[in-house]
Amino acid sequence: MADDIAAPGPPLAVAMRGIVKRFPGVVANDGVDFDLRVGEVHALLGENGAGKSTLMNVLGGLYRPDAGEVAVFGERVDFHSPRDAIAAGLGMVHQHFALVPTQTVTENVLIGLDRPRFRIDLARFDDEIADLARRHGLALDPRARIWQLSVGEQQRVEILKFLYRGARVLILDEPTAVLAPQEADDLFRTLRSMVADGASVVFISHKLAEVSRIADRVTVMRRGRVTAAGIPSAGTTPEGLALLMVGREVLETIERTPFRPGPVVLSVRAVEATGDRGVPALRGVSLDIRSGEILGVAGVAGNGQSELAQIVTGLRPTTAGSVTVNGDDVTNRPPREVIRRHVAHVPEDRTGVGSAPDLSIADNLIMKSYHDAPIARRWAIDTGAVRRFAIGLKERFDIAAPSVDIDARLLSGGNLQRLILAREITSDPSLMVAVQPTRGLDVGAIATVHRLLLAQRESGSATLLISEDLDEVLGLSDRVAVMYEGRIVGIFDAVEADVAAIGLLMTGGSAPSLAEPGSPAELVS
Amino acid sequence: MTAPAPARAPSRVRIALPWSVRLERRLETPRWLPAMTTVGAVVVALLISGVVLALAGGEPIPAFVHIVRASFGSLGVISDTLVKATPLILTGLACALAFRMRLWNIGAEGQFLMGAWGASAVVLIPIVPAGTPSIITIPLMMAAGMLAGGAYGAIPGILKAVRGVNEIIVTLMLNYVAALWIAYWVFGPWSEGGFQLTAQFPREAWLPRLSDFADAIPAFSGLTVHFGFVIALVAAVLVRFLLVRSRLGYEIRLIGDSPRAARYAGIDVARTIVIVFALSGALAGLAGMSEVSGVVHRLQLAISPGYGFTAIIVAYIAKLNPYGVVVASIAFGALILAGREIQPSGIPAMIQGILLFSLIASEVVLRYRVRVTRRVA
Repeated sequence: MADDIAAPGPPLAVAMRGIVKRFPGVVANDGVDFDLRVGEVHALLGENGAGKSTLMNVLGGLYRPDAGEVAVFGERVDFHSPRDAIAAGLGMVHQHFALVPTQTVTENVLIGLDRPRFRIDLARFDDEIADLARRHGLALDPRARIWQLSVGEQQRVEILKFLYRGARVLILDEPTAVLAPQEADDLFRTLRSMVADGASVVFISHKLAEVSRIADRVTVMRRGRVTAAGIPSAGTTPEGLALLMVGREVLETIERTPFRPGPVVLSVRAVEATGDRGVPALRGVSLDIRSGEILGVAGVAGNGQSELAQIVTGLRPTTAGSVTVNGDDVTNRPPREVIRRHVAHVPEDRTGVGSAPDLSIADNLIMKSYHDAPIARRWAIDTGAVRRFAIGLKERFDIAAPSVDIDARLLSGGNLQRLILAREITSDPSLMVAVQPTRGLDVGAIATVHRLLLAQRESGSATLLISEDLDEVLGLSDRVAVMYEGRIVGIFDAVEADVAAIGLLMTGGSAPSLAEPGSPAELVS
Repeated sequence: MTAPAPARAPSRVRIALPWSVRLERRLETPRWLPAMTTVGAVVVALLISGVVLALAGGEPIPAFVHIVRASFGSLGVISDTLVKATPLILTGLACALAFRMRLWNIGAEGQFLMGAWGASAVVLIPIVPAGTPSIITIPLMMAAGMLAGGAYGAIPGILKAVRGVNEIIVTLMLNYVAALWIAYWVFGPWSEGGFQLTAQFPREAWLPRLSDFADAIPAFSGLTVHFGFVIALVAAVLVRFLLVRSRLGYEIRLIGDSPRAARYAGIDVARTIVIVFALSGALAGLAGMSEVSGVVHRLQLAISPGYGFTAIIVAYIAKLNPYGVVVASIAFGALILAGREIQPSGIPAMIQGILLFSLIASEVVLRYRVRVTRRVA
């Protein structure tokens, strides 16, 4: 392996061989090889959880691999921290920027450097940094403070930081996820100018269109393994890449009863909403879900799925459109009003939203029922009833814990999800909103969650299932809606769904054979 | 050139120790640990205080013995200790309640003053005619004190709930506003013959004291402990019930642990912030009422030696447990009382300060496990 890494021939900027990185319950990288040539833009493509970011975090010194070797410019390296990686000429721009909002661009670029040592003559550095930025087509005022800058400009500061440190390899983790189209064009120009200067770029993405625009070569990952290594992007088709990315795999066989839809439970009409960053996250979403139906929403993270769940459950205001549950208008009603209408919610963020980590299991189990009898008697809480309720759920849903009095943070991921599902299912939901219900769970726990969701369907609940795991969506759902950039771009019967076509839609491609999305009438089955 | 220029220090200095000390987050906190760390912190604080005392030329052990004797040595001083503890219990409960929800109400001092003002207003405006019996006057004064303190406490609550204004700054500054408000009334409208205090309240507005019953039970003669202490104990029981056994208490605990989870559970977080701030202010206001009605019997400038601030320490030492607040308040009442006896009188204040530092430092032991590992070469 070692001589493989120091292979003669054109020098490689980065060579990674047999990288293995395990996290509790997952193998994020399972023997991954990756090459980056000098002077190329290399796209790393894959679904969320495919292991792209893990691989690059290994390269950037954030993680240490459990096995495998890394060489940078022909020399073996063993990074202990990002500092080591920066010293070797590697820079990684993460999705969440590491900038000090109250300081200027110049100050942020200089942070952590050895000079200026004592007297900070910022004016001199301002000019130097302005020059560097101009050379690479990064429009920036070195004296501007970070909080005054747009997200795109902040990204430029991050890039500038590494250029100033003399980085020869730049790793960008989904850089266009936060950019407007115009800003993305600017970024691509900058990257081109950098590689023309002899730098090399790794570009993590899951958008097919931009990959063929910016990348020289593409490596595709799926479930911790490489499914295509360094193929020239010129020779690829979006369909081919989508298939490599999404794959086709025989799922666990999920037993489903025939589809017997009842009346419409959830009706979302032309809803628009703003995301956390202040940009539109939903741009006119319409859908109906019937009793006894699971509607699966497929899509790459960040295309509005989370916001869709939040507007249905009352956790995020809508700016236009309406949401009705069983005929009651709940648009922009507070969460309790939605809960009262028997809308259950298995949230994406189990530890931050779905549970209170430092409260007991019992306290966590009564989150949705503490307000009413029999748990509450007027303004008092019947602690005896709480215990009976909690112990009952713990037994029924197999929550593995020594007692219901221990803190929820001590539960494993699978058990915490059982707790959340136990609580939500016992609230007798007519609508179940489940977001990423099996993310990070092991096989056994996943099967349990699937079984519980299907039992809900059979008991006549309507279910909105949002998942990045396409196999899960296809396996559980009666219908599948695909979201891209805040819109529903396609809706199919799950039985007839074509994986490649969905993969293409998820990544911004269009599938000609599909019905035109958009008009609410067609989205209603 | 007198000395050779020092060699330029390498950019990264790593001190090579043969071991490394790491703090690891605890997964599980044993039940006995919180109580043990509190006891440990008190012991460490006393040791440090002893060292400081010795350095200052004092003799630590006799000084500590003297403090204990000065505050618990006889029935009379125990009674005095409880008098000092009473406002601390109520303001300590005010802080503990708010802190449970991670609302940093450091305005108990101001709410205390407003409560004292509200209670005084009942007899000084007057709201009840002169000669109204105690059975009516006292409950009215309690209500007025709680109302004034609660309304004053609601101000930072509303500002935080509606506009997200930082409650620490608002409550801190409102303390000064309240002090000036009291000053206005005792210098101006309610001034007694131009002095900076009001007329003495009529007997009907005094909380009963043990010494009031000296005729029947001679042993009570000279004991100044008043009914406010009973009120404070009842308040502690009620706050404990509220936190552990009520719907609001559950909401407070849930918001305190995770505001996002609370919102998800359907709780109106903004509304709860206002309610809890008002309740916290009402408790502090009750302390003010108890002080003017039970001890001073008039409104005056120097009505609190900083009870509302000591309350923060008390709440912390009690680990926000209402019964713990009672115990900690009695201990601090003793330290305040001992201040009269010990020279220089700053010594108990120093002990208080060191105690607080030790307790805050001990939190680390609660949250983290200290692990010493040998560094692998």
